Amino acid sequence: MSNKKDVSERRNFLKKSIAAGSAIGAAVSSKVAFGQNAESNFLVVDPWTKTQGSGFINPPYGLPSKYEKNVVRILPNPIPTFPTGSRTPLQSLHGIITPNGLVFERHHAGVPDINPDQHRLVIHGMVDRPMVFTMDDIVRFPSESRIYFLECSGNSAAELKKATGKTAQEIHGLLSCCEWTGVRLSTILQECGVQSSAKWALAEGADGAAMTRSIPMSKMMDDALLVYAQNGEMLRAEQGYPLRLFLPGFEGNMSIKWLRRIKLGDAPWQTREETSAYTDLLPDGKAQQFTFAMDVKSVITQPSGMMKLKSKGFYEISGIAWSGNGKIKSVEVSSDGGKSWSEALLQEPVMDKSLVRFRFPWVWDGAPAILMSRAVDASGDTQPTMEALLKAKGANIFYHNNAIQPWLIAANGEITNGR
Amino acid sequence: MVDKLIWNKALFIAASLGLITACSSNYDMKKSTGLGKSISEQQLQAWNIDINAKGVGLPAGSGSVAAGELVFQQQCASCHGAQGQGGVANRLVGGGGLNTANPAKTVASYWPYATTIFDYTRRAMPHNAPQSLSNDQVYAVTAYILFLSKIIPSDSVMNAQTLPLVKMPNQGGFIPIER
Repeated sequence: MSNKKDVSERRNFLKKSIAAGSAIGAAVSSKVAFGQNAESNFLVVDPWTKTQGSGFINPPYGLPSKYEKNVVRILPNPIPTFPTGSRTPLQSLHGIITPNGLVFERHHAGVPDINPDQHRLVIHGMVDRPMVFTMDDIVRFPSESRIYFLECSGNSAAELKKATGKTAQEIHGLLSCCEWTGVRLSTILQECGVQSSAKWALAEGADGAAMTRSIPMSKMMDDALLVYAQNGEMLRAEQGYPLRLFLPGFEGNMSIKWLRRIKLGDAPWQTREETSAYTDLLPDGKAQQFTFAMDVKSVITQPSGMMKLKSKGFYEISGIAWSGNGKIKSVEVSSDGGKSWSEALLQEPVMDKSLVRFRFPWVWDGAPAILMSRAVDASGDTQPTMEALLKAKGANIFYHNNAIQPWLIAANGEITNGR
Repeated sequence: MVDKLIWNKALFIAASLGLITACSSNYDMKKSTGLGKSISEQQLQAWNIDINAKGVGLPAGSGSVAAGELVFQQQCASCHGAQGQGGVANRLVGGGGLNTANPAKTVASYWPYATTIFDYTRRAMPHNAPQSLSNDQVYAVTAYILFLSKIIPSDSVMNAQTLPLVKMPNQGGFIPIER
C-alpha cells in the first residue's frame, strides 16, 4: 500500500468531487439520458435511482443480469456433426464454484429425460445380496456434501499438437467445480455385502450410450459418492439427473451419469470407453490404460486469452489450480515466460481434489510479457511445461494434457494463446 | 468472553477423554438400514448386458459375415462408410501402425478385444436407436467388422464360443497402470 499522505489526499479529493458533483450534477441531469456521462468528471443521479425497480420472483428461478449474457457455455467452432462437449467460461468466473448452468457438458448419446420416480439403481455381481434402490431409498441414506473439481480427461487435448484455442474457455473449459451432495458409495455397497473376490466394479449409465467404465473397488470403497445434488439443488439433467457416480479426482467420464447399475467383478471389463477411448497412446505405439487420476494443473484465467490490458499499471493475476492426487500445495506465477517465478497466494480453504483460486498482484510496465502459472500438489508432482510433457509422452496421448499455459501479452495489451 | 473460553476448554477436554462424540444417535452404522429391495439376477436380466474381455455374458445366438454385411449397410454405413472407412462417425477398419505422427485408432488397429465390439455395438449402436438390434444381428455385424478388418475370413460365424477366441492385432498394445 502507498503511504498515508497519498491516501488521505485521495480521500480529500473524492470528498470535494462528490460535493461539487451533487451541486452541478442536478443542473445538468436533464441532459443525461442514461447513466453517467463518461466525458464528465461530475457524477449525476442515475435514472434507476429515481424510480422503483422490477418486482419479486421475476422470474421465479433467478437468472444472471442481462449484462452477463455472454457468460455461457460454448461448443467448438465450427460445430462438428457429433459435438463432444460444451465448455465452461473459466475466464468469466470468480472463486472456485462453477454455477450449475455453466458446468461443462460431456455425454456420449445425448441427455436423457428421466423421471426420478422411475429411476432405479441396481447393485449386483459379486455381492451377497443383489439390491435395487429407488431415489426415495437413496436420499434416505446418510449424506455428505463435498467440493470437488470435475475435468474431462480430453480437456486441452487439441493443444498437444498445436495452439488451437483462443480463450481459457476454448482451451481448458472441460473443467468445473461444484459442491456435490450424495451418499458415500461404501455405505450403500455395505447393504449388499461386498464379496472379497470383488476387485473391480462396472458402472453403467441409463443413457443411450449405456456408458460403462470399470473402476477399482479400492476407489469405490474410498471416497466415491452417489451424487444427487450439485451446488444446493438437485443435479441438472446434463449432469446425470437424478443420480450419478462421482469419483473425486478421476477423469470425468468415469463419474458415470444417469447411473442405473453397478456390477462387482474380479477384473476390468475392457469396455470401449477404457480401450479405444480414454487410453493414452505413446510414441512407440503402446497405450497407457487406466490412467485414472487427473494430474496437477493450473491456468491463469484473469487476465487471459482474448482479453486486453487497457493501460499500464496494477492488475491482479488470478487463476485456478487443481490435482486429482489431492490438495494443491503451491502455485507459482511467472510474467517473463518462465525465467523467474513467484509464489501466488492460495485462497483458503485449500481442499482435497477441489479447484483452488490463486492470486498474484502485478504491475504491468507496458512491455510484452508472458504470463504462466505452475502448480505443485501435495504428492510432490509439479505441473510440466508443454515441452517436458511432449518429451515424456508425445503428442498422441490426447488425454491428460496438464501442461503449463502461457499467455502472451503484446505491447498494445492484447493477450493471445502462447502455446 | 472468559466464560466462552472456559466452556471451549471444557468441551476440548471432554472430547479428548471421549466423553462426547460428534452426535448421539440410535443409528448403528454397522447394521443394515433396511433401505432398498432384494432383486434376483433373473429380474435384472434386461439390464445385465455387459460382456467382459473373456466373453462372459455373451448371449445365445450367432451371426455370419454375410448376414452382417446386410445389417452394416442398413444400420452403420451411413455414418461409418460403406466399407467402414469412416464418415461423420469413426473409421472402423485399416489404420496401420500406431507409432506414427497421426495414427488412426480403429477397431482393426487399436481395439484389444473382439468381445468389446459386441458389448459396445449392443449397448450403444446404432446411434439413432441404441439397443434395437437382436443378438443375432449384433453377432453378425461384429463378424462383418472383423472381416472388413481382415481379422477373420469371409465364411466365419460369430457366437458365444467363437468370438472370445478372436485375437485382435493390438491385444498386447496396452500398458495398464493405476495411480
